[in-house]
Amino acid sequence: MKKKILPRLTKLVSLSSAVLLAGCTWDTLDPKGVIGLQEKSLILTSVFAMLLVVVPVCILTLVFAWHYRQSNTAAEYLPKWSHSNKIEVIIWAVPSLIILFLAVLTYQTCHSLDPYKPLEAEANVKPIHVDVVALDWKWLFIYPDEGIATVNQMAMPVNTPVDFRITSDSVMNSFFIPRLGTMIYAMAGMQTQLHLIANEAGDFLGESSNFSGRGFSDMRFRALAMPADQYSAWVEKVKASSEQLDSASYPKLAAPSEANPVEYFSHVDTGLFDDIVAKYNNGMVMDKSTGKMLHVQQSAMSDMNMKE
Amino acid sequence: MFGKLTLSAIPYDVPILVGTFIGAAIAGLAVVGLITYYGKWGYLWREWLTSVDHKRIGVMYIVVALVALFRGFADAIMMRSQLALAYAGNPGYLPPHHYDQIFSAHGTIMIFFMAMAFMQGLMNIVVPLQIGARDVAFPFVNTLSFWMTTISFLLVNVSLFIGEFSQCGWLAYPPLSEQQFSPGVGVDYYIWAVQLSGVGTLLTGVNFFATIVKMRAPGMTYMRMPVFTWTIFCTTVLIMVAFPILTVAMGLLGLDRYLGMHFFTNDGGGNQMLYLSVIWGWGHPEVYILVLPAFGAFSEITQTFSRKPLFGYKTMVYATASIMVLSLVVWVHHFFTMGAGPNVNAFFGIMTMIIAVPTGVKIFNWLFTMYKGRVEFHATMYWVIGFMITFSIGGMTGVMLAIPASDFVLHNSLFVIAHFHNVIIGGVYFGYVAAMNFWFPKAFGFKLNEAWGKRAFWLWFVGFYFAFMPLYVLGFEGMTRRMNHYDNPEWHMWLLIAEVGAVLIAGGIVCQLTQLYVSIRDRNLAENRDLTGDPWNARTLEWSTSSPPPFYNFAILPEVHELDAFAHDKEAGIDTRQAGGNYQPIHMPKNTACGFLIGAFSFVLGFGAVWYIWWLAAVGLIGVIATVIARSANNDVDYYVPVSEVVRIEQEHSHNLMAAQAAE
Repeated sequence: MKKKILPRLTKLVSLSSAVLLAGCTWDTLDPKGVIGLQEKSLILTSVFAMLLVVVPVCILTLVFAWHYRQSNTAAEYLPKWSHSNKIEVIIWAVPSLIILFLAVLTYQTCHSLDPYKPLEAEANVKPIHVDVVALDWKWLFIYPDEGIATVNQMAMPVNTPVDFRITSDSVMNSFFIPRLGTMIYAMAGMQTQLHLIANEAGDFLGESSNFSGRGFSDMRFRALAMPADQYSAWVEKVKASSEQLDSASYPKLAAPSEANPVEYFSHVDTGLFDDIVAKYNNGMVMDKSTGKMLHVQQSAMSDMNMKE
Repeated sequence: MFGKLTLSAIPYDVPILVGTFIGAAIAGLAVVGLITYYGKWGYLWREWLTSVDHKRIGVMYIVVALVALFRGFADAIMMRSQLALAYAGNPGYLPPHHYDQIFSAHGTIMIFFMAMAFMQGLMNIVVPLQIGARDVAFPFVNTLSFWMTTISFLLVNVSLFIGEFSQCGWLAYPPLSEQQFSPGVGVDYYIWAVQLSGVGTLLTGVNFFATIVKMRAPGMTYMRMPVFTWTIFCTTVLIMVAFPILTVAMGLLGLDRYLGMHFFTNDGGGNQMLYLSVIWGWGHPEVYILVLPAFGAFSEITQTFSRKPLFGYKTMVYATASIMVLSLVVWVHHFFTMGAGPNVNAFFGIMTMIIAVPTGVKIFNWLFTMYKGRVEFHATMYWVIGFMITFSIGGMTGVMLAIPASDFVLHNSLFVIAHFHNVIIGGVYFGYVAAMNFWFPKAFGFKLNEAWGKRAFWLWFVGFYFAFMPLYVLGFEGMTRRMNHYDNPEWHMWLLIAEVGAVLIAGGIVCQLTQLYVSIRDRNLAENRDLTGDPWNARTLEWSTSSPPPFYNFAILPEVHELDAFAHDKEAGIDTRQAGGNYQPIHMPKNTACGFLIGAFSFVLGFGAVWYIWWLAAVGLIGVIATVIARSANNDVDYYVPVSEVVRIEQEHSHNLMAAQAAE
């Protein structure tokens, strides 16, 4: 029975909230991708469910305080009254029911919005892969399929799932594009995963949402969502760059810099991402598909391995 | 010889710090000068600094808390001003190096030295009186706790003028806080301050747990304990469980930094995720350590000023105890975005939101305490009503953050900042201020000025909404916390509104200081004096003794036959004080300088270790050990108050009481 009521209730609540918040320009409440949309509806649903009790509480507080004020001798006064089973049952039951509803919602959305879960796309659309490295204080994006890399700017075709692998070659950061939804931590020696999709074209702010030191405030990037043909043109533009990212140029890039400009690299060493993860793990890296630890061929990174 | 310490560690090139130093120096010299002028050093030393009287220690804790509030708020308004300015290419007036220290210090000071000190002050003043005891279980440990907290706060403030403070946020996440990324002394100041104050807090927890278990008045069973004592009881349990975890977290981070170990480093097998788990294993119970006593204070105040017993006492006790248990199994909600699986996230999310049930029940209990009562709009009740509304909103946003998939877009944003200030200001701070207004006459024998108390409330209340509601909006707009500058035009307006809120809150603090000044000035006016010891017609035992209570609290220990014993005795017309009764000599602890000395040596140890001045650190450590040994070997630690002295004090109180009754 609960199964029937829950979606209906959810629908009702989010419908009413959509009316109320129409025309809102707040980033996370005006998402441009399906993940963000679901998160927005979850937020609004939970808020409205809780307002069912919060609003009455606030009103009752003021009403009771005013009505039973000392000077209002007309109000009933029961100087000994301090217990009522009926009221006790209600005050335990109402919050419990709301929390029960939210708990079911929580369990469902933890699974449906799991950042590690690949997104379903239309039949002929293949996800693109982007490997993200948080550096001091900039973002490196590696497109392993195209063999290109960029700094502080990434692009993606619309309506195409993007599979991110995320790590850090410095301190802990958090990878976040507010208009698209879910953020995830970037940590050295580890690879976290994230799956996002942009359903509308646009130029979105990307940022680090975990404080990472001096240059943190300028550690921003642009996430460009564009139609497929424009995306191909963007890839070609990157490929036309004279810069290349290899074992010689990477340490220079990884050195701390603030408010780093956008950079394009027409070529990137394959395995750079794995090398960055592996250098903190005695040369080991976890294979994403199998979950097994593999030894990385210490090619590009061997000379800079564990320099810190 | 001086380790890392050189002249270049003195920031004489930073005008803000030089100004602060001059201001602090003038204020300090003025205080020292006044004490000297009035010849009060001996009095201060004998009656306060070396006192083991829980009431005096409580007052000193709250003095420290108010100083910390001042310092922490100065940091806050500087941050708000920076963000109001640093927009669209304007770098503002605080470069990251300075700004990052300020937000780290703000959080550290407000939690460890404002809120924790305030809470410990309140429990010191109230709990022994409320349970009908003459002191705490371990009076010497109590003074030691106080001094450990105080010298740690001093250590944080020394970092203003010698060296620097941590730039890693109030929880110092590694690897940023490791030597590799933070080679300065800032994080070391942080570690030592937190570590030393943690010793004090843990000892307080043990002390008050033992006090409540062993020293309740005859007949006071657990289910006859006042609600405030119940909340403190649960808080002490949480302290004993949680603070050792903090000690371990700081210890391991310290080992990484001092001895080059690899608990949380990027390389060498370290794991930063472990630190998050450990620090929040302490950090989440910590917020309940702070808020439970506030709940207790609200309960006492609401029932007193509604002229009616608390609605659902048992429910309140069970709700408090279940919050205590649940708060230990929710810490993962601070890092839902670290890549844990959906079942782990769901478990911790659901556990977190379950806490909303007992908390909601508490709110309803206060509501129904007012229901069919006679609510007196005393200044303390303003804070209660302001709290109930504000905290309900804060609780709601807390549950939003507890849903992992919502947290995925709100985590680490200003929404989180708005949420926890909503519950910490609206819950903890409002509660402590209400408690201070409520119990002030008990500690000093005169009431706080109500008009200024209400002004302070309105400025704090309105200021809070101006300062933090925009932060919710900014969170939705994707603004992350700890930013130093930005160029999004949509953010600017909201940050200006928040700045207005900070100014209003500053006004609130000024009103509170004025309230103190006016109240002390007018303390001898008849309407302000509390001669009866029971200025509010309250319900619990602390009001049955005089205000301020004699140092032994109760000449004859009260006997308790039901909940709210004092209220029942008053109704039945029983003279609870049994004036002229059969007095016995009273066994009391002697004052001791050992707490002060151990604190002073600990400060030396901490300062030496921060700067790698190892001989100095050794002096401090040896001093601590030697003082502990000396204290342990001293058997002359107590004495008996002769009956003649008890009779004299009690007669004086009877005299006052009769004068008060005659005046009515």
